[in-house]
Amino acid sequence: MDRNELRRLQDERLRETVERVYFNVPYYRHKMQEAGLGPEKIQTVSDLTRLPFTTKNDLRDNYPFGLFAVPMSEIVRLHVSSGTTGKPTVVGYTRSDIATWSEVMARTLTCAGADRNDFIQIAYGYGLFTGGLGLHYGGEKIGASVIPISGGNTTRQIQLMRDFGTTVLACTPSYALFLAEAIEESGIDRGSIKLKAGVFGAEPWTENMRRAIEEKLRIKAIDIYGLSEVIGPGVASECMIQKGLHINEDHFYPEIIDPDSLEVLPEGTHGELVFTTITKEGLPLIRYRTRDLTRLTYEKCECGRTLVRMDKCLDRSDDMLIIRGVNLFPSQIETVILEMSEIEPHYRIIVDRINNLDTVELQVEIDEEFFQDKISQLQALRGKLQDNLESATGLTIKVTLVEPKTIERSEGKSRRVIDNRKF
Amino acid sequence: MIIHQLSVFLENRTGRLTEVLEVLGHENIRITALSVADTSEFGILRLIVSDPEKAKDVLKQQLFTVNITEVISVMAPDEARYYAKVLKILSDIDISVEYTYAFTTGKKSVIILRCSNNDKAIKALKEHEMELLRASDLYKI
Repeated sequence: MDRNELRRLQDERLRETVERVYFNVPYYRHKMQEAGLGPEKIQTVSDLTRLPFTTKNDLRDNYPFGLFAVPMSEIVRLHVSSGTTGKPTVVGYTRSDIATWSEVMARTLTCAGADRNDFIQIAYGYGLFTGGLGLHYGGEKIGASVIPISGGNTTRQIQLMRDFGTTVLACTPSYALFLAEAIEESGIDRGSIKLKAGVFGAEPWTENMRRAIEEKLRIKAIDIYGLSEVIGPGVASECMIQKGLHINEDHFYPEIIDPDSLEVLPEGTHGELVFTTITKEGLPLIRYRTRDLTRLTYEKCECGRTLVRMDKCLDRSDDMLIIRGVNLFPSQIETVILEMSEIEPHYRIIVDRINNLDTVELQVEIDEEFFQDKISQLQALRGKLQDNLESATGLTIKVTLVEPKTIERSEGKSRRVIDNRKF
Repeated sequence: MIIHQLSVFLENRTGRLTEVLEVLGHENIRITALSVADTSEFGILRLIVSDPEKAKDVLKQQLFTVNITEVISVMAPDEARYYAKVLKILSDIDISVEYTYAFTTGKKSVIILRCSNNDKAIKALKEHEMELLRASDLYKI
């Protein structure tokens, strides 16, 4: 599509979206009224800068359905991702949103060279996480044969991959590497595996990791990008040229801002990615701050697509960690610790990648008053803490009890996290 | 008949046990018995020392996590059947032994026991004419 034509489409869709949120979402109406803006004041995407930002905290404050722009009877699906504390982030889709999502995911898979003749093995988790079902609907939309195996169970993944002749693999890049090494170790003849491409996302990964996956699996490894608040996977994806991710900007309008001054930055400058959804009905978001750091280029791609491209996201402007594709905020862990009197609120989070899988260890000080002399009591404490962490974060976190006053006291939360992974 | 045992929480870190012993050595505190209960993640060091209150204070000053735990001690010939007999006396009256350790001195062995009910245990062992040690006896060994 010609960029001028695209711009007109974005303007029109933005006007509809602004009108929709002004009349249907009290939160946005109040914010716009405070800024002295009626919906008629926003005519084109260049007027966007007049509108306030939306953050993950705004979603939390309006938990669960406060920002939805349609009655619940119109919502056909709910997905959930991590919130910064206690409450998760809830996203709702109308039937038309699901159609939009399927469309952008179909584009993602087409970008990776997939079509109706392919077998797509979806090893992203199914469930509240958007990864599994997002890929699933896109795969069905292009008419491919979808294998909804979900995450884990490596032996079975490899077996079906061989027996069904899987051609496209969808999972997190770290799991792809894990699978590749499992295949190597099992001594299976690579000729019996028909994989040609992989669509990998939900966590940051380096070019080195891409080369390792491509060599070991002998495939083209395509980076995909998305976040549940905006829609899930399908926000952007690489094409076979692998020079940046094409953003589906006819649905999600991107801006790059300076995370400190909040000013919009010119093309090519690194900053925080912000999205305004311009077709969503269930949960339209105005200038949603993703906290992902990247830059944009509007140059036409060698593949022929005119859609704006973003660089691979490797950094964030907040302290969120991505563990095996799951978002984790240190504040979620802190909330659990503060609720337990047997331990001191002094902790250290150590993140590592061992055999290509992310691990999280929580070191926490025991309370001196609590210490008796029984192993069983300490083990019960560890077990309880581990269980509470798992239900709060969805992750298995290894708990190590340490002696009181041994963890360095520091002001900033970020110093409590030691991330030994290399991106 | 109650013995004051020192319990020290040890995180799984090289040299931590050495540090405890160095602190005690520096204060000329003597150790009669020592046992370490460990898991893969952490351990508890249990000590019978010549001056438990002082030992507790100096370790606390050095930021160790310390507690005093009450245990009992029996002296018996160093044969397995006597150890078994002690345990049987306790299990017969439903007293559970949370942990036990022992050391020998000449032909005798000294058994340390942490029981679910120390007073009841002392009474039962006395009734069976077992030789219970006082703290003052034990510290002198």
